[in-house]
Amino acid sequence: MRAHIRRRPGTRTASAATALLCCAGVMSAAGTASTASAAPNYSTATSAAAFGGMAGLIKAAQAEGTLNVITLPDNWANYGAIMKDFTAKYGIKIVSENPDGSSQDEINAMVQLKGQSREPDVLDMGTPFAIKADQMKLLAPYTVSTWGDIPASAKAGDDTWWADYGGYVAIGYNSATVKTPPTSFKDLLNPMYKNMIGINGNPTQAGAAFSAVFAAALASGGSLNNIMPGITYFAKLKTEGNFVPTTASATTVESGATPIVLWWDYLQASEISAQVKTWKVVIPTDGVYAAYYDQAISADAPHPAAARLWEEYLYSVAGQNLWLEGQARPIELPTLIKDGTVNEMALKALPPVPSGTVTLPTAVQVTAAENVVAKEWSLKVGG
Amino acid sequence: MSTGARVVKTWAPLVPFAAWMFVFLGIPTIAVCIGAFQKESGGFTMSNVNQATSGVYLVGFENSLKLGIIEAIVPAIAGTFIAYAIHTSRGSLLRRSLVTLSGVFANFGGVPLAFLFIAAIGGETALVSNWLRDIGIDLYAHNITIYTFGGVALVYMYFQIPLMVLVILPAFEGLKNSWHEAAEGLGARSWEYWRYVGVPVLMPSILGSALLLFGSSLSAYATAEALTAGSIALTPIQIGSFLNGNVLAGQENIGKALALGLVVIIAVTMTLYVVLQRRASRWLR
Repeated sequence: MRAHIRRRPGTRTASAATALLCCAGVMSAAGTASTASAAPNYSTATSAAAFGGMAGLIKAAQAEGTLNVITLPDNWANYGAIMKDFTAKYGIKIVSENPDGSSQDEINAMVQLKGQSREPDVLDMGTPFAIKADQMKLLAPYTVSTWGDIPASAKAGDDTWWADYGGYVAIGYNSATVKTPPTSFKDLLNPMYKNMIGINGNPTQAGAAFSAVFAAALASGGSLNNIMPGITYFAKLKTEGNFVPTTASATTVESGATPIVLWWDYLQASEISAQVKTWKVVIPTDGVYAAYYDQAISADAPHPAAARLWEEYLYSVAGQNLWLEGQARPIELPTLIKDGTVNEMALKALPPVPSGTVTLPTAVQVTAAENVVAKEWSLKVGG
Repeated sequence: MSTGARVVKTWAPLVPFAAWMFVFLGIPTIAVCIGAFQKESGGFTMSNVNQATSGVYLVGFENSLKLGIIEAIVPAIAGTFIAYAIHTSRGSLLRRSLVTLSGVFANFGGVPLAFLFIAAIGGETALVSNWLRDIGIDLYAHNITIYTFGGVALVYMYFQIPLMVLVILPAFEGLKNSWHEAAEGLGARSWEYWRYVGVPVLMPSILGSALLLFGSSLSAYATAEALTAGSIALTPIQIGSFLNGNVLAGQENIGKALALGLVVIIAVTMTLYVVLQRRASRWLR
């Protein structure tokens, strides 16, 4: 008699149930993707005029009721307060995805979630990524009402992205442990700062760390076209033992690993000063580097009217001042100061900038510098 | 039952696992291999592979390989000795707790591990640095830090050695005590027993475990990234820069070429492993 392993009763029912569940899952996913709104198509609106003015825009946005945002941490340039204020003013719910993500994550989300209701409506990304998204035809052109107050060099030629806020690379230090305050990149080479100095990440990955290298280049005889002196500066900092190669943050400051941090001034204020009461921020006198992030609207945003209202809100006096309260410098700050609508207290809280105008790097200069950093950073600094 | 039905019945249980492996391992590997040879616009190009094997990326491969080999050999030896000590210990409580602890430490990697070491010896004011200074050893005066290649290798051992212990411990069960007694009875000394009986029996398992350790350290990302933030060229970190960074845009296919490089390294290593395994299991055939 042949030995026969008896199958457990109910196995057939179990497999049938699994198959049914899978089918149900597939059908519901397909259902969500094909939910189209019956409202008129606002995806091609290039200004508030297409809605018949601000009132029409507000009405259309409220009819949509939701806004998808991505990679906006609450304590980054005061986005927490901005999102709260927007919802309170217009009653539109904000769905905030992946707050700790990077600019590349935003592009990935637009590509992978294309056509779905979870796709991000609006984006806040670094300039090289805004340019890339534009080349990939992921962005919709739009001009906010205050378009004229944004300098020409800070917006795309085809109106698909425009600068929002920015800051300067600053030296932050813990006044409790660092007895002699550093004021410049040259100061930081002093042996008394041994094992103290950190940057916020990997310069080939993190925009903030890359900017610290660029600022060091400006302080060491380089220029916006030549970032190599910045890399040599950090190599020197490492051989002297002053540079701590780990990713600096509020945590490493509190643990004592990095009492001095080179980072954006507004992030030092919102993330480190909030945790460490003795934290001070100065903008270095010899390497003054500033950069702005950019806003953009997704080409097939699931909520096009809400997206455009969000942009109008951010570029109104209220939105710009809220960014200022997060210690970030909004792009229309000169206009706000001229018109007297700026929040004076927030303006005074900004770290003083050394005199003279600062030149912003162009996208071409940034891309060239990034390629140099990618090739040379670990060779020179890894040692 | 016909032969066909028997074949189906034998292989059918493998289908879900094979399908899972194909979707989550096979398809991504194929996508990476194809993408490594594609231009941004989609045409065929060798430039990604050329860039991925030169300059800082070549240094990255060298460092990753060096790290992988160190992290395969040293923990393999250390882990084997520790596992032997656990196996021959008389206290069952000691044995059980060590096995459990090994299980915990083997999986404790990534950012928490990096932060553990930073908090312990990552600065002049860190906990262990202070204790060492109190007994007269000042690490930082001699510029010894954990933010170097040696430091990363040390931190990796924290989870590599317990992993080895976990994996090799069952192999000692296959080494019967009666063999040792029989060898003694025939006049063999301890080292002769190990050389002719013990090590040959264990060698296939040790080789397999070493391969596991090699692959594990070759692909480890979060620990090295948190510890060195890219200042040491390592291939997984360079791939990370392309995939999810805020700086380099439009060059992901070089990242795919780097990943293809890792696939090739693993393929070569596995071939080597199969050859060595056949030699080591000679006495079994």
